[in-house]
Amino acid sequence: MGAVLRAIVEPGFFASPVVRAAVELGGAVTVVAALVGVFTVLRGQSFAAEAVGDIGASGGSSAFLVGAGPLAGFVAFSAAAATVLELIGVQRARGRDVATGIVLGLGFGLTALFLYLASSRESASGATATILFGSIFAIPATALPLVLLLGGTAVLLLAVIYRPLLLVSISPELAAARGISARLVGFAYLLALATAVALAAETIGAILSTALVVGPAASALRLTSRPARALLAAALIGLACTWGGLLLAWDSYYWPPLHHGWPASFFIVALVVLSYLLAGAWTHRPGRGR
Amino acid sequence: MSLGGDVGLRVQDVTVELGGRRVLDEVRFELPAGTLTGLIGSNGAGKTTLMRVILGQLSPTRGAVLLPDVAGHRAVGYVPQKFLLDPDMPVRGRDLVALGLDGHRLGFPLPNRERRRRVAEILRAVGAEAVADERVGRLSGGEQQRILIAHALVSRPRLLLLDEPLANLDLRSAREVVDLLARVAREQRVAVLISAHEMNALLPAMDRVIYLADGRAACGTAEEVVRPDVLSRLYGHRVEVIRVGGRVLVIAGDSDDAEPSHPHHHDGAF
Ligand SMILES: Nc1ncnc2c1ncn2[C@@H]1O[C@H](COP(=O)(O)OP(=O)(O)OP(=O)(O)O)[C@@H](O)[C@H]1O
Ligand SMILES: [Mg+2]
Repeated sequence: MGAVLRAIVEPGFFASPVVRAAVELGGAVTVVAALVGVFTVLRGQSFAAEAVGDIGASGGSSAFLVGAGPLAGFVAFSAAAATVLELIGVQRARGRDVATGIVLGLGFGLTALFLYLASSRESASGATATILFGSIFAIPATALPLVLLLGGTAVLLLAVIYRPLLLVSISPELAAARGISARLVGFAYLLALATAVALAAETIGAILSTALVVGPAASALRLTSRPARALLAAALIGLACTWGGLLLAWDSYYWPPLHHGWPASFFIVALVVLSYLLAGAWTHRPGRGR
Repeated sequence: MSLGGDVGLRVQDVTVELGGRRVLDEVRFELPAGTLTGLIGSNGAGKTTLMRVILGQLSPTRGAVLLPDVAGHRAVGYVPQKFLLDPDMPVRGRDLVALGLDGHRLGFPLPNRERRRRVAEILRAVGAEAVADERVGRLSGGEQQRILIAHALVSRPRLLLLDEPLANLDLRSAREVVDLLARVAREQRVAVLISAHEMNALLPAMDRVIYLADGRAACGTAEEVVRPDVLSRLYGHRVEVIRVGGRVLVIAGDSDDAEPSHPHHHDGAF
């Protein structure tokens, strides 16, 4: 037993300052993404999250061009994408597909351009991998205060609009009868989503950011029929995936090809998918009514 | 200007023009508190439009709507027409009813005993306790209707509007919901307005009827309104009213009408 544990928790995991920074930063980002993600799933806006993430990626890669950190680029461009989505009409069921499709395409195009330009500069070597697949072990611990500030703002915004947002998500008609503006609430939510996606992109990469937002939330929503419990469950599932992924990434240093280590993003997303499958199996386990 | 204690709603000469068409034409009526009124009309008669005007979602071209003066809480409860609740939406009936109490408020709701008690009480009043902990989208049409009525009632409105609440219900559930609403009207002193294209399910419980045709309204008791002379004037052509076995049939008259035997939608017996 002890040997197995030692084999999984490779010596040095908890002692390393790099790991510590990744655990703290990844944990904070994961909780924000999971909480915001519950409403992404509830509202059927996974596709919008993806579009916001893709525009965010172009922001992250343009930041390399001007020599800034990618987080600022991710956040600025994601927020802009949320605004564009709102203007094109993401709140209407029909407008949703078209708006997201257009924004998503634009995001990929700009990312390709910026990464191409950045790759021709020496200072920005590795930009492509960092933007697209994240670099959780390479984020300096000094980034934590900014991440906490942004994440805290998104969660606070979510807490403020919680009840109107829930009612609008259940039925826009019922919300309208109470004088709630579906557009205003929906836009405030998109801004929280943009922040969460930007933070997730910084950690596990633009391509995988949606998985961290949508995945734990989708698993949680399979397990409980209460919104408040879903929030808690999503945060816990997310933390398990992120921290588990970090641990496996650390271990993989000793896996083939030796002394390279597999990307943490891969493990995190793999665990997210696994949690979703397990949650499904749990819900449909034999002997359960529905 | 608002209303005193014994009137739930006053609609004053409301005219609504939409897209160049007159959808409501000088509609006027009053709903006494504690009564149940049927708003009867075929598809496109203007029932939903009238409710949107009362809710303030649509401004009338002319006329005014007067609501009771209630300090601190909402005067109007509303159950909209035909909307789908997602069966996978992780929201219990109980949660939806609680949102009827404070869904417009900002901030995360902290656990509150008074709030829970009020929700439980209203769930009991509409007979939906047993299903209140299921996902609301997975309930049957009649069960959902009860939850929605509880959602609309929980904030103690003085006026309750229900747009075609019986549309998807079988005869028995429809009768149960109508009885429930008549009881709610009496016991909670609420003025209840129920729209329907078919009046028979409402007949036993209905205190008054507002009959809408081509945007014009006739109102009064069923005896006063559901009569050939009144309805013929309303429709602008001859209409016959036949009563069989406690049911009422309204059909187009057989003379000088372009479509002689075409029945109106509210005749139920077909
Ligand atoms: N925004 C609009 N612009 C133009 N016409 C409208 C608009 N909204 C409603 N109408 C018209 O007003 C008329 C009344 O519509 P309304 O929805 O009030 O009917 P209804 O009595 O509720 O019918 P149903 O039984 O089918 O629900 C219809 O002819 C409809 O086409
Ligand atoms: Mg209607």
